Amino acid sequence: MSEIIKLTLNELVAGIKKKKFSSHEVTKDFVNRCIKSKKLNSFITDNFDNALKISKKFEIKSNQNKQLPGIPFAVKDLFCTKGIKTTAGSKILNNFIPSYESTVTQNIWNEGAILLGKLNCDEFAMGSSNETSFFGNVENPVGKKLVPGGSSGGSASALAANLTPATIGTDTGGSIRQPASFTGTVGLKPTYGSCSRWGIVAFASSLDQAGPMTKNVKDCALLFQVMSSYDQKDSTSVNFTRERYSEKLNQNIKGMNIGIPKEYRVEGMPSDIEKLWKQGIEYIKNSGANIVDITLPHTNYALPTYYIVAPAEASSNLARYDGVKYGLRTDGNNLIDMYEKTRSEGFGDEVKRRIMIGTYVLSSGYYDAYYLKAQKVRKLIKSDFDTAFDKVDAILTPSTPTSAFKIGEKTNDPVSMYLNDIFTVPVNLAGLPAISIPGGHDEKGFPLGLQIIGKAFEEQTILNVAYCLEQKINFKNQIKDWWLK
Amino acid sequence: MNKEKFDYYIKKNSNIYEVIIGLEVHAQVLSKSKLFSGSPTVFGAKPNINVSLVDAAFPGMLPVINKFCVEQAVKTGLGLNAKINLFSVFDRKNYFYADLPQGYQISQYKNPIVGEGVVVLDMPYGTKKIGIERLHLEQDAGKSIHDLDPNCTYVDLNRSGVALMEIVSKPDLRSPEEVNAYIKKIRSIMRYLGTCDGNMQEGSLRADVNVSVRLVGDNNFGTRCEIKNVNSIKFMQIAIEHEANRQVDEIENGKKIDQETRLFDSKKNITRSMRTKEDAHDYRYFPDPDLLPLRLEQSLIDNLKKDLPELPDEKKERFIKEHNLSAYEANILVSEKEISDYYEEVIKNSDKKLATNWITGDLFAVLNKKNISISESPVGAKNLSSLINMISSGKISGRIAKEVFEIMQEKNQNPKQIVESKGLIQQSDPKKLEKIILEVLSNNKDKVEQYKSGKVKLFGFFVGQVMKVSDGKANPQLVNEILKNKLK
Repeated sequence: MSEIIKLTLNELVAGIKKKKFSSHEVTKDFVNRCIKSKKLNSFITDNFDNALKISKKFEIKSNQNKQLPGIPFAVKDLFCTKGIKTTAGSKILNNFIPSYESTVTQNIWNEGAILLGKLNCDEFAMGSSNETSFFGNVENPVGKKLVPGGSSGGSASALAANLTPATIGTDTGGSIRQPASFTGTVGLKPTYGSCSRWGIVAFASSLDQAGPMTKNVKDCALLFQVMSSYDQKDSTSVNFTRERYSEKLNQNIKGMNIGIPKEYRVEGMPSDIEKLWKQGIEYIKNSGANIVDITLPHTNYALPTYYIVAPAEASSNLARYDGVKYGLRTDGNNLIDMYEKTRSEGFGDEVKRRIMIGTYVLSSGYYDAYYLKAQKVRKLIKSDFDTAFDKVDAILTPSTPTSAFKIGEKTNDPVSMYLNDIFTVPVNLAGLPAISIPGGHDEKGFPLGLQIIGKAFEEQTILNVAYCLEQKINFKNQIKDWWLK
Repeated sequence: MNKEKFDYYIKKNSNIYEVIIGLEVHAQVLSKSKLFSGSPTVFGAKPNINVSLVDAAFPGMLPVINKFCVEQAVKTGLGLNAKINLFSVFDRKNYFYADLPQGYQISQYKNPIVGEGVVVLDMPYGTKKIGIERLHLEQDAGKSIHDLDPNCTYVDLNRSGVALMEIVSKPDLRSPEEVNAYIKKIRSIMRYLGTCDGNMQEGSLRADVNVSVRLVGDNNFGTRCEIKNVNSIKFMQIAIEHEANRQVDEIENGKKIDQETRLFDSKKNITRSMRTKEDAHDYRYFPDPDLLPLRLEQSLIDNLKKDLPELPDEKKERFIKEHNLSAYEANILVSEKEISDYYEEVIKNSDKKLATNWITGDLFAVLNKKNISISESPVGAKNLSSLINMISSGKISGRIAKEVFEIMQEKNQNPKQIVESKGLIQQSDPKKLEKIILEVLSNNKDKVEQYKSGKVKLFGFFVGQVMKVSDGKANPQLVNEILKNKLK
């Protein structure tokens, strides 16, 4: 039997169900590995002792009918967890312990999983390298001093390093898919409205979606099936019949039309990525699907649009962190002084930058020129996809324009950092589902991802395409446990 | 409108100004729970008891619209004869304050749930139509309490998230009296509808007043000032009066009016500048991404319309047509829902005209004297009704009735019991009356002679004497008849 920590989620579930090993044994192995992997800094808060206790109890009263029976499971620290500190990677919430559980994590615990700990992330999910976290940088197990991507950097790092069998992130502009691409893992951003946002610390409400991050596509389908639910507590949650994604997963994509958007061939894109994309196209053809050239003419405007809409919403969403009710309070001479001191001390530079951008674009006199115009462009971007999806079933693109970069490499250049989201952002603006799967390695040996974009609520289609491609690509991560003590 | 009878103008140095007033009424929606959370809305609870995680803006909490509050707003819109918008949008109004936990208020900005409407005022100089600009739904903020501690401010979030309707009038009001009538009319409509209790003391009804002045005949509006949160109609009238005069003085002194927000000082009866236009907040309104636009079905509106209760204007028409009341009487009776409820209870079993006279006369006198509302009336509708019936059936005289009414005020006692226990039943036995009359006539022979020689005015004297002898119990009608016969 291979090492427990290297098993996929589905293998662990099967193993526990067949009593090959117990939940406690599994949890113990992951906890031990986590303890030895502190150097990666993937966790903000651990729940190891508790997880071990709970896994023992699971032995006594195990419910084998659950979909994730006794599986230890770490989550991004953006999900509120009852009784466990939830920071969103920010100093301003460093002392915040929710009295409630987010809908998505509750769905996961309801299926038998056990909270292993809270994973590091960019502050309020604002970042593409996990370098904006108050709790320090996270290292990518792929290589020393390499960023894991962001904002779900801790999640991607922990998953790739086998510290958790699967995990969840949130994706506002690429925060699941980009770190998945950087770490050689699978990440799905579901259709907006598929997973409840209730209990997730909000960044940009009209873009935020929680999604699964896993070692392979099959795990992704299983976890997504557990996460997605209609929730009356979230007014943007959509009430539709959810598939049994995991059971319906298959590799047959024969006769499907897969679109290739010419606008995603950006200038200066490394040839490795171009090569990878072409390889993907070949695999698709070989599987009996048709390649269709498509155009998404407003792609160029997606990034500026995103960097107006997201900060605008964030500037308002983050107004509640004011030192009055919970979280950090730095005393001042009066109310305004207290606000200023609390927020100056509690928020990091990137969060402040986005609050300022957001406040600016919503200000009277600028609203029409920025926010309103961005909303109009957003509609155009969405209608680009609508038109394309008249002809195709899914769209294949690279996930990111580069592979993982060095810590510190882009911290002084926010715009170059923002460019990392160029392939992922349009999907959020259009509210569509998209999955990133490992497509291969670049010449440095770093993983690169391929993105499959689908029609709204047709996650099954992109999961199937991804499942098919995954078999053909046969990606093997070359992680060498260099960080272990 | 009859201009001659309307005289609210401000005269200064031979210039005549008229006053232009527009009102923003904030009416708390009558509902069990808040606009976007399930927390209760009861008034007077201990601080921070009626607060949910949503109301306190905890991380990851999301608003969910309360459908009942939406229906209440639609009903109010229908009561204001206004257009109901099938599509409306909730926006965030961003500003920082300690009692605003989210850092923004969810309100409606460009697309309110209710559009233009109209209310009709009955003024002494005739009816006047006041335009409604819009009605929108929004959340209330919490309450900051600054006087509990010299160094700290306390925050009570019980009110945070409670649904408010902001009803914005067009600048159609021209005097403090019209403002008085307007607020009372709006309040009355909402109370008939059961959409707002209109209680100004508890803050369920508040208003911001926009005031400007212009020379009579000028078609352009002057620069307006907004007076914030004046919490009684009386203060509102004083504030308008002061503010209008202040503006006229400024203009007459050659100064310009600055657009600003002013606060009313109810101790000194003046308004003071709070902030100028330059200091005005930039609220950075934008559509709340946590809420989808509100789309209403026409069928919902039709159903609500069908179930709408009779409103004051319709009731008034009915009272005039079917009850033969004068417009004046009908107006008084419908002015408040409680009064018309009382009236309609009384007339279930008794004469409408008599009921009207008793309610608007004797009962109102008592209420005014005691400074109480009709719902606190010491005389219940059922008891007043039986009192009136005893008059109509001739059981007691009008004079005795007044006496009985006095006793009824002490404790809400059944008038029949009072009449019986005090032996006040009217004497209507002709034989007994005849005996009394003959006695009176024989005691006043000189007056009888004077009467017969032409001094017919003395008739009243004889009636009075008969009443006196009978302790007021004699049936006046019968006394009249018998007396006339005897004096022939």
